[in-house]
Amino acid sequence: MSLTLEEVRHVAGLARLSLSSEEEALMRTQLSAILDAVAELSAVDTSAVEPTSHAAGEVAPWRADEVRPSFPPEKALGNAPSTVGTSFAVPRIIE
Amino acid sequence: MEPTELSMLELGKKLGSGELSSVEAVRACLSRVDRFDGQVKAFLMVDREGALAQAEAADRRRKDGRRAGPLDGVPVGLKDLFLTEGLPTTAGSAILEGFVAPYDGTVVKLLRAAGTPIVGKLNMDEFAMGSSTENSAFFPTRNPWNLETSPGGSSGGSAAAVAARMVFGALGTDTGGSIRQPAALSGIVGLKPTYGRVSRFGVVAFASSLDQVGPMTRDVPDCAALLQTIAVHDPCDSTSAPMKAPDYLAELEGGVRGMKLGLPREYFELPGMDPEVRASVEAATRALEKLGAELVPVSLPHTKYALATYYLVAPAEASSNLARYDGVRYGLRAEGAGNLLAMYGRTRDQGFGLEVKRRVMLGTYALSAGYYDAYYLKAQKVRTLIKQDFTDAFRTVDAVLAPTSPTPAFRIGEKVSDPLAMYLNDVFTLPCNLAGLPGLSVPCGFTKASLPIGLQVLGRPWDEARVLRIGRAFEREHDFHRRTPPLRAA
Repeated sequence: MSLTLEEVRHVAGLARLSLSSEEEALMRTQLSAILDAVAELSAVDTSAVEPTSHAAGEVAPWRADEVRPSFPPEKALGNAPSTVGTSFAVPRIIE
Repeated sequence: MEPTELSMLELGKKLGSGELSSVEAVRACLSRVDRFDGQVKAFLMVDREGALAQAEAADRRRKDGRRAGPLDGVPVGLKDLFLTEGLPTTAGSAILEGFVAPYDGTVVKLLRAAGTPIVGKLNMDEFAMGSSTENSAFFPTRNPWNLETSPGGSSGGSAAAVAARMVFGALGTDTGGSIRQPAALSGIVGLKPTYGRVSRFGVVAFASSLDQVGPMTRDVPDCAALLQTIAVHDPCDSTSAPMKAPDYLAELEGGVRGMKLGLPREYFELPGMDPEVRASVEAATRALEKLGAELVPVSLPHTKYALATYYLVAPAEASSNLARYDGVRYGLRAEGAGNLLAMYGRTRDQGFGLEVKRRVMLGTYALSAGYYDAYYLKAQKVRTLIKQDFTDAFRTVDAVLAPTSPTPAFRIGEKVSDPLAMYLNDVFTLPCNLAGLPGLSVPCGFTKASLPIGLQVLGRPWDEARVLRIGRAFEREHDFHRRTPPLRAA
């Protein structure tokens, strides 16, 4: 299976990765090789098999819905690249 | 004899009797860091002051008759994936350079409560993606047994620090073999507990259905003691099992007489396996037979599909987990992007290394519209079959024996440019993660070139006690775990 450059760019867009053209070319070759290798799974008959999404297999636990102290804003903002007041600041979204 | 020659439990006893102090133990670790870490490069960060302050506190507790437990005052190291309040946590990535965790993860809290001073944070493959520690954004770690070779990965810094006696024990994480493979390549003991045994709260996530925290130590009793410290139910992790851990030391010395141990033919028939590894692991299985275990051939027929299954499931989960690194709330933010989308894209391009990008791309592709059924869902179904193989085998045997890694330590640079060759390192370790089982690696020999070899013991879910007991039965009759790497101060 060989990925096209357009497919690599589409996936990079979904993954929010601005790849350089060298990286795009490398990803195209390497991902194609990896996809070839994993294609062996198609040989396995799984028509009557349920998927396993998790090794635990336990049902999600419940807990009481109690009010508890939340993480203080100054700590939550402590590693932020940019803040305004008690908010994270980002480049303008709406013109 | 340097105090660092002692095991964790031996040191703990001497700390309890007052024969040694925790401050002396920490100083002995720091002295070895000063002499050897320039060559080994296991540490990303050494917390001298913090470790000495924690040691002084441990010594005060002993004087006051308030020792916290058998490991109070015993210095340890942490893979740099564990959030530590007030200390940097990088996950080996440039995108988290300078990040200082605002809280301690649950296992870190448990270690602090047990009184173990934390000497520092240990190197790793970026976001735990890799098998050699060469994917660290900072520098590769070197194997103390041969500095030209890799200690394995992704918990390579933890393995190297324990092997080089720079810490008495360490914590790592294992998503596809990242505790066991570096333990094998570095000549130490490493355990991946059953999925759900140890809390993942405050551990930087890679693949959440596979990640598990575990101990890396010099011998099996230390491994049991460190597991005991961290195997605690945690309401902050919904996959943390609401059960009380048994006493892992209680039956550790009980031996293997009467146990049925499975030898999966698919593991021993792998074409690429190093002949010295095969010979050493086969000798180890015969040693366990001599000790009274019955060796039983078993089949795990879907083993050959584990690699492909893992390299779809793990990247898919990683692509989702790593979406959080967007330059908004913490970590790197690329400068000069005019809008939000460009900021995301450039931040992630600058902050992630090549292997992480490769896996994020692969995972995104496998989850994307039109490919989900063929790749991700297919892999989840094959995962069911791999899990079922073990369930079937455990009807007739109590545990399964296998090599940990198909080869001994390889040269740094040898595999790093060929992702598929690197992925083959994990071929024996990742079925255990897919099935959620406990897996232990114990030293079982050395190659002619003096590189360590590991025996892997896989057990039923929640059966760590038996897995450790098997490892201990082998260890007690051999001295592989007592050998020290031939380091010379530069």
